[in-house]
Amino acid sequence: MKIYVPLDSAAVALGADDLADAIVAAAADRNIEVQVIRNGSRGMAWLEPLVEIETDAGRIGYGNVDASDAAALLDGKLSSLGKVDDLPFLARQTRLTFARCGVIDPLDLTDYQAHGGLAGLRRAAQMDQAAIVDEVTKSGLRGRGGAGFPTGIKWKTVSDATADQKYIVCNADEGDSGTFADRMIMEGDPFSLIEGMAIAGLGVGATKGYVYLRSEYPVAIRVMRAAVQAARKGGVLGADVMGSGRAFDMEIRVGAGAYVCGEETALLNSLEGKRGTVRAKPPLPALEGFMGRPTVVNNVISLASVPVIFEKGADHYANFGVGRSRGTVTLQIAGNVKHGGLFETAFGTTLGEVVNDIAGGTASGRPVKAVQVGGPLGAYMPVSKFDTPMGYEEFDQNGGLIGHAGLVVFDDSADMLQMARFAMEFCAVESCGKCTPCRIGAVRGVETIDRIAQGDGAAIELLTDLCETMKDGSLCALGGFTPFPVMSALTHFPDEFAAQKQAAE
Amino acid sequence: MSTLAAPNENDLKDLISSHLNLEGPMLPILHALQHAYGYIPALAHGLIAEALNITKAEVHGVISFYHDFREKPAGTHVIKLCRAEACQSVGANAFAADTLKKLGLDWHETSADGAITIEPVYCLGLCACAPAAMVDDRLVARVDGAKMDKILKELGA
Repeated sequence: MKIYVPLDSAAVALGADDLADAIVAAAADRNIEVQVIRNGSRGMAWLEPLVEIETDAGRIGYGNVDASDAAALLDGKLSSLGKVDDLPFLARQTRLTFARCGVIDPLDLTDYQAHGGLAGLRRAAQMDQAAIVDEVTKSGLRGRGGAGFPTGIKWKTVSDATADQKYIVCNADEGDSGTFADRMIMEGDPFSLIEGMAIAGLGVGATKGYVYLRSEYPVAIRVMRAAVQAARKGGVLGADVMGSGRAFDMEIRVGAGAYVCGEETALLNSLEGKRGTVRAKPPLPALEGFMGRPTVVNNVISLASVPVIFEKGADHYANFGVGRSRGTVTLQIAGNVKHGGLFETAFGTTLGEVVNDIAGGTASGRPVKAVQVGGPLGAYMPVSKFDTPMGYEEFDQNGGLIGHAGLVVFDDSADMLQMARFAMEFCAVESCGKCTPCRIGAVRGVETIDRIAQGDGAAIELLTDLCETMKDGSLCALGGFTPFPVMSALTHFPDEFAAQKQAAE
Repeated sequence: MSTLAAPNENDLKDLISSHLNLEGPMLPILHALQHAYGYIPALAHGLIAEALNITKAEVHGVISFYHDFREKPAGTHVIKLCRAEACQSVGANAFAADTLKKLGLDWHETSADGAITIEPVYCLGLCACAPAAMVDDRLVARVDGAKMDKILKELGA
């Protein structure tokens, strides 16, 4: 009997390791032969740990299984959710990047290939650099880390640069609250990231890659390191990638708890062993990146989406989406929601559909007040903006940003002035200190919001002005985008700032 | 995080030199030191500077930049509570305040008996099953007062 128990952090944090042990022990008691496979997560966080038993009729799921349920599970006494693939939350998705996540054994290269893995790399290995870059450009893939820069253009810049050494650096410093897609794919389908990086290496002529992985993700670090070893053994990495005659190898590097290192130039400094301060651009990392060499810096999801683009073709990928946002978006539904998790779908679904329909509203059962989209630097979108389609331009036009596509839902108990204050406080804690608007501005921002809280209505104008300065004058998105949550809270919930004033008067 | 005997120069040098083949060896060295000793021993600063051909001030600059690196040992157990937005949306602020009160500690403090250090963390990627915490290397999701009481009891606090 094959039983799947996720090794994903979310499942483990809810007892999956103990559960896996309990299943093995209960099977021994009963003299039944059981093969426990530690898979990735299917992305239905409210059901974790979600156990699946393979049957002739497909994989049958059991939700919220506790270690104490192991015996009942084996004895067939636990009520099931039915076929996991048929659960509406999964059935409604378009899974391209996450097609294998939760399905396969993450560290089994054979299983990976049986599910379409390495087909993309095999195809890329037959193509020259220009054709590889062209394929990515045609797919319309844009940076999934948040900036939305066209991946093909970035690759072309690096490909065209002349240097003795070029690099592929994967930004796995997923520090935004409400985001976990990078973590999930690294834990659940690490070979897709490795394959994507290898294709990037062939495409731009880079022979060395690094994954800069945050230290807060111990499971992802362990799985990625094991996957790199397995990929080397399987000839995916090394001196002769898939028999192409071209070399590419990679290393996993661990961050050290600095949020700002998710900014690409700070990340490069950190990778070089320096303080993670932001670099002024130009020069672009594409020309002078890691060690001053031409470097592709891409987010995990961008790179992990590359294999399917090569497997199924750029057109197939580009056929999904809306406007200039092509392909799929890996929505991460988090916070106060009934059905939170990973939902991959074509760009274009509206925010309201995601929150009310897919996620089923709040976990608390209270009305939704606001949704912070795009991490701590993203705007608080009020319910009146729920018709905004999930797309880069579409969000921009509505005063927000899609970022890494994380959504944090808040119910009506949220204190928006305190959320604005937290945004400034977080910026002050995490500022790298290089530019004044961010370093000083964030501290002044906290003080100014405290003045508003104490009833000083005149400070609202000062806060607005400060946010303008931070937006226009900061070197990177930390100082530059902190005004998004602050100003959106102020603009959409002015009463919460004014009410403080009246209460004090 | 394991804690070894007092650091001595030879061990430190061995540990540092084992990373010198890497491009950008600084962070791997610091992680290895902290893994071995639970903190970055002051004795290592000069040795790292020498090995990497930089100043001691630069070494200090890097160590002090990152939240992860400690210049003195933490308590036997480190509890990290997530303070980020997704956890806040399901009551992390009140939970954190309760936990701090229970322990009689403020953020970054260590209990008098050296058993527990408590720190904030900004996101463990468990945002769809918040609030989240990390106890040493163990992740905990949907944490609440009852779960924390059980953990504290296990840790002997």
